[in-house]
Amino acid sequence: MIETKTLPTQYVSQPGALKTSSGQTVRTDEMIINMGPQHPSTHGVLRLEIVVDGEIIIDVIPHIGYLHRCFEKHAEHMANYQQVIPYCDRLDYCAAINEEHSYVLAVERLLKIEVPERVEYIRVIMAELQRIASHLIAVGTFGIDAGAFTPFLYAFHDRELILSLFEMTCGARLLYNYFWIGGLSHDIPPQFADKAKEFCTYFKPRIKEFNDLLTFNEIFVKRTANVGVLPKDVAINYACSGPMLRGSGVNWDLRRDDPYSVYHKIEWEPKIGKGEMGTVGDVWDRHIVRMREMEESVKIIEQALAALPEGNVQAAIPKRIRPDAGEVYARTETPRGELGFYLISDGTGTPFRLKCRAPAFVNLSVLPEISRGAMIADLVLIAGSTDIVLGQVDR
Amino acid sequence: MEAFQNLGFWGTLLVTVVLSALPLVFILLYALVTIYLEMKVAAHVQDRLAYMRTGWHGVLQPIADFIKLLQKEDIISSAADRKLFILAPYIVFMGTYGAYAAIPFSSIFIGSNIDLGAFFIVAASSLVVVGILMAGWASNNKWSIFGAVRSAAQMVSYEIPTALAILVGVMITGSLNLQEVTKFQAGGIQDWVIFGGPLPLLQKILITPFTVITFLILFVASLAEVNRTPFDLPEAESELVQGFFTEYSGMRWALFYVAEYANMFLVSAVVVSFFLGGWGSPFGSALSGPIWGLFWFILKGMVLIFLQIWLRWTLPRLRVDQLMYTSWKVLTPFLFVCIICIGLILVL
Repeated sequence: MIETKTLPTQYVSQPGALKTSSGQTVRTDEMIINMGPQHPSTHGVLRLEIVVDGEIIIDVIPHIGYLHRCFEKHAEHMANYQQVIPYCDRLDYCAAINEEHSYVLAVERLLKIEVPERVEYIRVIMAELQRIASHLIAVGTFGIDAGAFTPFLYAFHDRELILSLFEMTCGARLLYNYFWIGGLSHDIPPQFADKAKEFCTYFKPRIKEFNDLLTFNEIFVKRTANVGVLPKDVAINYACSGPMLRGSGVNWDLRRDDPYSVYHKIEWEPKIGKGEMGTVGDVWDRHIVRMREMEESVKIIEQALAALPEGNVQAAIPKRIRPDAGEVYARTETPRGELGFYLISDGTGTPFRLKCRAPAFVNLSVLPEISRGAMIADLVLIAGSTDIVLGQVDR
Repeated sequence: MEAFQNLGFWGTLLVTVVLSALPLVFILLYALVTIYLEMKVAAHVQDRLAYMRTGWHGVLQPIADFIKLLQKEDIISSAADRKLFILAPYIVFMGTYGAYAAIPFSSIFIGSNIDLGAFFIVAASSLVVVGILMAGWASNNKWSIFGAVRSAAQMVSYEIPTALAILVGVMITGSLNLQEVTKFQAGGIQDWVIFGGPLPLLQKILITPFTVITFLILFVASLAEVNRTPFDLPEAESELVQGFFTEYSGMRWALFYVAEYANMFLVSAVVVSFFLGGWGSPFGSALSGPIWGLFWFILKGMVLIFLQIWLRWTLPRLRVDQLMYTSWKVLTPFLFVCIICIGLILVL
């Protein structure tokens, strides 16, 4: 008897033989291709399952969870509230200060304590420095996504200067554990104010240089204008926040619309995308919003440094933190958008429940919506413009 | 070669082998120098230092890299088509190296002084596409096949403007033989084809704008031919991982790398021969001669290579449709206009 061999089903070319993970059948002239988790431009361990027809994208299915570390469960099983702060750092390792800011704000509101004015000013300075550092990574890696490597190193050079300021203050360069409940771990060193002012004066012309090199480059504009357009209503429906939302022309910034710390005492304005090079809400708009936000951040830092009062950097807090039973939702504007912590206390020394509303996760959910019909090269740019940090997406 | 005609069969064979190995020696030395140059230029564009440890300013680093690549494990993935996978880098290198036969390095050194030199170069370097398609297909990797298909489409599209621009040079110089083309421009910088060649003054003034445009188009098209930024789509790192050589490692990868650098000099050599006076001295008869010729030729080639490196580390990358748009709707129509106008001026 002659033995007949049959091909495994995935090699048989018949319509309907191949299915995506969401069960959608793939036509014979389409191809499923995995971008990631080991791919240079997924900014971490994100896997995008793409259905392509030649270079045109039919569908994108993001697969997440490669970096899941049970943050929320960990937070509920710490010995006390303070021990959660370093875990917050590790959510978004590009903007650790901003993550801490949200968390300490939530605990302080739960405890109903006021922190000294000096602390609030220092927090604003640090948060804005961190915002610049984070946006520098965003626009730098965005340059790499577009094929330009040099702007990335320019951005990283300037980011190093900011990290040195942090190192001078609290000894760490990436994960700081600097904002403590009711205050800060250290006061700023005496030379900090001068160094920070020096950085501001140095950095303003650098933004212009960066814009000349990348933002207004003809090829870059051609690549990014009218690509990955996120209309206003879609952005709102998907609960996008941060530069993603403002890039679509929605004037919403928590620093102004739900003020915390001392942002209400400082003069600045949120920047929104206006569709200067193409359509409102395209990839270029999100990029320019980040560039302009850095300028605004410099303004905020300069004003905060000028107004910095003297005083203590630690409020009086109980030795053992046991908030009354209750719940609170505190949110801040991080470089990626609205980061909120929903805390429930049952009166014990650890959070009963902690829910993190991660902006990168929410912003990523809109990716398939705006990528369909684009090309593979565009998808890289669209994913880059959402500025995801997988530590925060997967938590 | 005419000087060695009376050596008998074995003597001729020996001389042929030695002489044809000379460009290989040149390519290897040149690749080492250019890899070093690329890293250093990139570093200085990016406000950093690049290698500083291996030797004075890291000059020994390319050699160290080369030795490292020699020692690396030779990986062929189990799903790959073994024969094609092994063959592909040699085909790519062969296409490039074969084209060196018709490059006039100096007044006395040209591999093969054939009358169809320019045609031969265009034809031989087209072979590279076959090797790249082979590599992409044999790797059995979806990103590789993307890179290979992009590369094939790109190189075929940009052959047209390259060939048309070369045609402009042929129209002015009246020869396809690169040695003749170079001798036509021997009178110094003012006789280079980019400035209209040694034509009567009126014709020269009329023709110069068109030759300058043709020169620029040929340079842009040559960037696309060798897959350099802003046309580096076939190996676009942020999109296709490493394009068609994603699965390659060790010496096979090094062969692709050397072929790429050899190709960079090849296209520069064509531009130099047709538009920048080849091995001719820019000062007419001063500082000319076979050895000076070699010097001028390599110098001019390296200036163009420096430009390629400079552009690579400054510009972002085009998208596939924009790449095709540039070739078919911008460069090619402009060249047709240039060809017609130059033709009319020449029959004036």
